[in-house]
Amino acid sequence: MSAEQSDLSVRGRQWFEALSGENGVTASGPASVLKADAVLGDETVRFLAVVPDPESRFPRARKGEVGLEQAWTLAKYVRETIELDKGATPRPIVAVVDVPSQAYGRREELIGIYLACAAAVDAYATARMAGHPVIALLVGKAMSGAFLAHGYQANRILALDDPGVMVHAMGKAAAARVTKRSVEDLDALGETVVPMSYDIRNYAKLGLLHKVIKGVAADSLGADAVALVRKELVAAISDTRAGGRDLSIRLESDAAKKVRHASIEVRKRLIEQWPDA
Amino acid sequence: MDVLNFTYPGETRVSHRAHVGVVGSGDLEILLEPSPDGAAHVRVRTSVDGYAPIWRKVLDRFFSRYKGCVSIEINDFGATPGMVMLRLQQAVEEQGQ
Amino acid sequence: MSVTIDLQRFLARRSFVELSARERAHALLDKGSGKELVGPFDRQHSVWLEMQNIVPQEDDGVVVIHGRMDGKPAVVVAIEGAFQGGSMGEVAGQKIVCALELAKRDHERGIPTRPVLLLETGGVRLQEANLGLAVIAEIHAAIIALRPYVPVVAVIAGLVGCFGGMSLAAALCSHLILTRQARLGMNGPEVIEQEAGIAEMDAGDKRLVWSLIGGEQRAAVGLIDDLVEDDAEAVAHAVRAAFQARRPVQHRSEQVDFFLERLAAIDPEQVKDGAALRALWGKGEVK
Repeated sequence: MSAEQSDLSVRGRQWFEALSGENGVTASGPASVLKADAVLGDETVRFLAVVPDPESRFPRARKGEVGLEQAWTLAKYVRETIELDKGATPRPIVAVVDVPSQAYGRREELIGIYLACAAAVDAYATARMAGHPVIALLVGKAMSGAFLAHGYQANRILALDDPGVMVHAMGKAAAARVTKRSVEDLDALGETVVPMSYDIRNYAKLGLLHKVIKGVAADSLGADAVALVRKELVAAISDTRAGGRDLSIRLESDAAKKVRHASIEVRKRLIEQWPDA
Repeated sequence: MDVLNFTYPGETRVSHRAHVGVVGSGDLEILLEPSPDGAAHVRVRTSVDGYAPIWRKVLDRFFSRYKGCVSIEINDFGATPGMVMLRLQQAVEEQGQ
Repeated sequence: MSVTIDLQRFLARRSFVELSARERAHALLDKGSGKELVGPFDRQHSVWLEMQNIVPQEDDGVVVIHGRMDGKPAVVVAIEGAFQGGSMGEVAGQKIVCALELAKRDHERGIPTRPVLLLETGGVRLQEANLGLAVIAEIHAAIIALRPYVPVVAVIAGLVGCFGGMSLAAALCSHLILTRQARLGMNGPEVIEQEAGIAEMDAGDKRLVWSLIGGEQRAAVGLIDDLVEDDAEAVAHAVRAAFQARRPVQHRSEQVDFFLERLAAIDPEQVKDGAALRALWGKGEVK
C-alpha cells in the first residue's frame, strides 16, 4: 500500500480547528463529522468537515471517506442550520474539504450510500437556495462523489494553492488502472486535456473556482496563513450575498467562457429551440 | 481514431436528412443530409485504425447503386461491413420518408 | 372483447430496455408529439473525446425530446447507454442541466412542463473527468430547484443501470421507477472489487450484485417508488401515473432523521446482504 493511501490526512481537521477555534466533535454525531458555529468577520458561521475516524463502525469509512454516517450527518448539520436561522439572516456555511473518496463497500451500496450522499447534496443546495452563503474551502483532496456530497453545491469554491489540493472524478491510482496509463502519463495528459488534470492550477482554468488562495501551504497553518484564509472567506461570503442563489456563476467567468465554451453553446441552442408553450 | 474522406458522383438531389444508429460497440452513427454540390461526400471517423481500403470497398459498393447528392458523416465504433451497409440503407430509407 | 384487447396488448408489447435513448423518449410521449431539441445535426459533440482520439457521437449521448404527455407539455431527457456507457461529459450533462432549468422557467411562466429523466449511466465520463463531475453537481442543483414546481420523474431501465454521481441525481428525483434489469448504486461492483477486494465484492457474481442493488431489491426495501416490467407501455403508464400522484411531501433525500435512525439501528456486522436489509426495512416480497 502506498504512503498516499495509508496516511490519514490531518489537513481537514487542522484547518477546521484553526478557522473555528473549536475541535468540532459533537456529543451525538459520529467522530468523523466536525461541526462548529464560530465567529468569522462580524458574524457567526457554521463550519463543517469530514475527517478520518479509525474507530468508525463502518470499516470502509475510517480514512476520511464520505460514507453512510458521514453523508447523512452532514445533511443533518446543514438542515439544522436552516432551522436555526428561520426568520433571521441565514448564516454562512463553510465546508472545509479534505475528502479522499466516498466509501467503497458492499454494505454502503446495499444500505444506499447514493441516497446518503444525495441527502447531503440536497441539504447543501437547499441551504444555498434559502440564502445561506455556502462556501467550500479546499485544503486537501476533493474527490469524486465525496466532493459532490461535501462542497460541490457551494455558491463559491476556494482552494489553497498547494500540490496536495486536488479535485478529480477518480483517484490517481485507480484512474491509471482504468485508463491503462501510468501515473506519469496521466499527469502529462492533464497538461493538454485540462479537465483530466489533478493539478489545482489546471482545475482553476475550468472557471469553476472562485479563487485560488496563493501563498498558503496547506500543511503550515501559521497565524498569517490562517488570517489570510479567514479574510478570503469573508470576502467570498460577501460576494455570495451580492449575487444569485444558483450555480450559474460557474459559467460566467472568463476562464469558463474559454474552456467551457461547448457548455455555453449547447445551452444557447437549447434555449433557442425550446418551444414557447 | 482514423478520419477518412470519400467523394462519389451524384445524380439525384435529395431534400431531407436522416440520422440512424449509435456510436456503440459494433455499431455506428450516420448523419445524412443534402450535399451542397452535385456530388456525394462521405466523412468517416472510425475507432478502428488502418481500415481505409475496406471502407473504400464498402462505400464503392453502396454508391454503385445509390446516386443521391448527399453529405454523409459516419461515426463508427467497430461496425462490420455488413452493419455499415445496413445502416447506410436505413439512412437512405429514412431520408426518403 | 377483453380477450381481444389483452391479445393486442400482448402482441404490441415491446421491450423498453432494448430501445435506444431516442426511441425510449418518444415511447413515453403522446404519439407523434415528440420533437428533438439540439439533435445530432446540431453537432454538439464532445471536444474532449476527439482530443483523445475517441470517436464522438453527435448528440454526445443525451437526447432531449420535447412533446406532450396526456396532452400536457413534457420534456424527456434520455441518456444513451450504448455510447461510452452513458457517461456524463461536458455537453451531455449540460443538456440535462439546461433542459431542467428551462422546465423550471416554463413553470415560472405558468407552463406546466413535465420533466422525465431516463438514466442509463456509469457516471462521470473519465475522459472529461472534472467537467463531468462539475456538470453532475449542476444536474443535482437543477433537479432540486425544479422539484418544488413539479415532480421530477426518473426511470432506470437497464442494462447499464445508474451509477456514480448520477445515482445521487436519481435519488434526488421525486419519483423513481426501475425495472428488474436495472441496478442503482453509487460505486459500480467492479470499482468496489478493485478498491476493496473480491471478498468485499465479487463483481462477476451477477446474482450477488442484483441482490444488493438490483431493481427488485431496491423496491423491496422501499428505496424506489415503482418496479415495472420491461415493457414500453408499462413504463409509459408508470411515468404518467407519477405525475397524477401528489408530489411527495418529503423526498427520501430530505428524510434525514428517519434515515439516521434507521442507520443507527443497523449492525454493520449483521447487515451484509439483501435479505438482511429486507428483514429490517422490507415491506414484504414484491410481486
